[in-house]
Amino acid sequence: MSSEQPPKRPERAVKRAAPSALTAAAAPAVSHVASALAASSPWAYSPAPESKELALIRPRYGLFIDGQERAPVSGEVVVTYNPATEEPLAEVAKGGAEDADRAITAADRAHRKVWSKMEPRERAKYLYRISRIMQERSREFAVTETLDSGKPIRESRDVDVPLAAAHFWYYAGWADKLQYAVPGRRPESHGVVGQVIPWNFPLLMLAWKIAPALAAGNTVVLKPASTTPLTALLFAEVCQQADLPPGVVNIITGPGEMGMAIATDPRVAKVAFTGSTSVGIKIAQGIAGQGKALTLELGGKAANIVFEDAALDQAVEGVINGIFFNQGEVCCAGSRLLVQESIAEEFIARLKERMTTLRVGDPMDKNTDVGAINSRAQMETIGELVASGVAEGAKLWQPECVLPTRGWFYKPTLFTGVAQSHRIAREEIFGPVLSTITFRTVDEAIEKANNTAYGLSAGIWTEKGSRILQVAAQLKAGVVWANTFNRFDPTAPFGGYKESGYGREGGLQGLSAYLRSS
Amino acid sequence: MGKKSGKKGAGKGESPLITAVTATDGARLEIRRTPKLYIGGAFPRSESGRTDVLQLARGGSANVARASRKDLREAVKAARSAAPGWAARNASLRGQILYRVAELMEGRAAQFRDDLIAHGYGKSEATEEVAASIDRLVWFAGWPDKIPAVLGGTSPVASSHFVFTIPEPTGVVAIVAPESSPLLGLVTRLAGVLAGGNVAILLASEGAPLPAVTLAETLAVSDVPGGVVNILTGRRSELMPHLTRHADIDGVDLWGCPDDLLADAERGAAEHVARVARRQHDEKDRASAFQGERGERIDGMTAFLEMKTVWHPIGS
Repeated sequence: MSSEQPPKRPERAVKRAAPSALTAAAAPAVSHVASALAASSPWAYSPAPESKELALIRPRYGLFIDGQERAPVSGEVVVTYNPATEEPLAEVAKGGAEDADRAITAADRAHRKVWSKMEPRERAKYLYRISRIMQERSREFAVTETLDSGKPIRESRDVDVPLAAAHFWYYAGWADKLQYAVPGRRPESHGVVGQVIPWNFPLLMLAWKIAPALAAGNTVVLKPASTTPLTALLFAEVCQQADLPPGVVNIITGPGEMGMAIATDPRVAKVAFTGSTSVGIKIAQGIAGQGKALTLELGGKAANIVFEDAALDQAVEGVINGIFFNQGEVCCAGSRLLVQESIAEEFIARLKERMTTLRVGDPMDKNTDVGAINSRAQMETIGELVASGVAEGAKLWQPECVLPTRGWFYKPTLFTGVAQSHRIAREEIFGPVLSTITFRTVDEAIEKANNTAYGLSAGIWTEKGSRILQVAAQLKAGVVWANTFNRFDPTAPFGGYKESGYGREGGLQGLSAYLRSS
Repeated sequence: MGKKSGKKGAGKGESPLITAVTATDGARLEIRRTPKLYIGGAFPRSESGRTDVLQLARGGSANVARASRKDLREAVKAARSAAPGWAARNASLRGQILYRVAELMEGRAAQFRDDLIAHGYGKSEATEEVAASIDRLVWFAGWPDKIPAVLGGTSPVASSHFVFTIPEPTGVVAIVAPESSPLLGLVTRLAGVLAGGNVAILLASEGAPLPAVTLAETLAVSDVPGGVVNILTGRRSELMPHLTRHADIDGVDLWGCPDDLLADAERGAAEHVARVARRQHDEKDRASAFQGERGERIDGMTAFLEMKTVWHPIGS
């Protein structure tokens, strides 16, 4: 995440210590990344495993409806796995349309009878309370998130969980100031909000969705992603612990059809979806003509543009962070590197050098940079697209690194000689795969950057301020990071242009999506 | 639409402003206007050669161009090529250009009034509607240079970055103009789109298209560049499936979309993630929606603004 800092250079090689008994017992199948590097390498780190026991994962989880844990109508369960070990973590309820109906009934009642009638300052206090509890239980959240999603513990600890708590904190303060959010208009809540979130930032996406919805006076029915339900279910416990009135937040796990059942229910007045463009389109079409409000945060294929006058070491860090943060499973990932031709050779060389120092492996190790891919299905998607890159004539490069023998891991991958027509330059890979394209002039960079159906984010690396402003203005992207990348904050709006969706999350703009004004 | 037709329609005793004038009494023969399309700053007939006969409230009829799918495509082409130039004009200038349109409307007030009367409005009602439409345009003329302050802003992020958010135009917006409010509603929806820096393809009220035709003639002599506004007359049921699905249309304002076409229109827009503005669920396509302060609504402007958030580190 720290794209402005040069790479951390360890003082000297540290010999790998024998894994502790705890680690060995907890995750016997994961070979630590340190072992992948020669012991003489300055990059060899001793293992620094986080304790799995902090997660307190229960063997089975029900649905969270009307403040209580309920069994699904079907009685069926699905298993959620640890992507780093392929071991089962817990059984989770397989909800269906009837469960969605029960959750919406609870949310509707809670909206009419409790949440919309509550003094706004009291609503605010509940949100502050939730934020505090998340901070207090942050380590438990971080460990659970990493076990369930495969993302490095460093990221869940330093990014996902603190940002999620910060979102609740930020929107808590809006709850009793809504009249300042839409001056001159009377803001009202929509009612019941249906929310469907993806697996790449399970808790953070939950916070982005639930915090502004509750602050605006709505109640929610949220469906977490099928492969990453655990932090959402832990959040349900937080709601209970905060004494949040029953039905204000309902969290139901289940397949995509259940998500569609939530979205299309006539009692759901607003739908918010984060995920792929194809599913977003299906949802938009499913609710067509129903008069619902809709926001969509969809895919991306961001260009990270490096101009010849950029501070190259910083730019290398930014490009690395842009594509390998969360294994590249990020909708705003800087998956297309646009580098100016005059520095391309040198830049690629520095990039490769930096890629060889990435520590790929056990997500629970505090030194790990690149963790596990979330699911087998996603592994296959990445593999298929990488194969297309090779078949279409791009040049593939991967650093020497030994991946753990079990779990779903993918080597950091760099493509050079990529044409704009290649699938790896057009389609969202959602993996640690960077496609490099060169350019000569500023105009060419802008044209190539905008040559995509997506428009979520972009990066600009140059020391020239006027160029930053000029290029930023011309990029068709909702978030432009200049001399930085993958930065997020509750006060800053986030969302896309074009087929990356519409509506914003974060900031005042993110709040207005959950208000209707008359 | 013919909102008032049959009721106040042919008011007895009032001097009819539009009549089927004949030369039998030796009076001068009126030169009638051919209602045409407005595409890329020019006034073509429909390439299809089709017209619809529109019966006027006080007698007589007009042959209104019935735009085809190909006319729509031409309009999109014209709009797309005009989009960068319009978006690049500075905000104050965009406001002045809109104000200039209001000036020109004032000069053509009589014709707008006659159009409304031809569609069944009473004289005083038509006069008020024209005045309100001009005032509405002036209201919107003040918006362009205030949008960033009202809708954008800076974010006090926790890290050491300067972060600002600016609204930018979405691009090409198709407007299904209100059926019930053929001038005031049309001006309200169109002005919002233009104030935001977008370009427009406007599908005029099907039952009352003449004010849109006159607006086209007004725009043609204004400082609004050709292609920034393109106005089509024709049948909604025929054009809307193509209009919502055209991949080079970035947004659709469905405020005037009939209820029975709405679901398909939204499905079409969803195919390419086009932005959609529409009436609130419980709101009907009624002229009152645009009257008075209630009509000063910016939902047709904000729906087609994209928030761009730019981050930069702070440091020495």
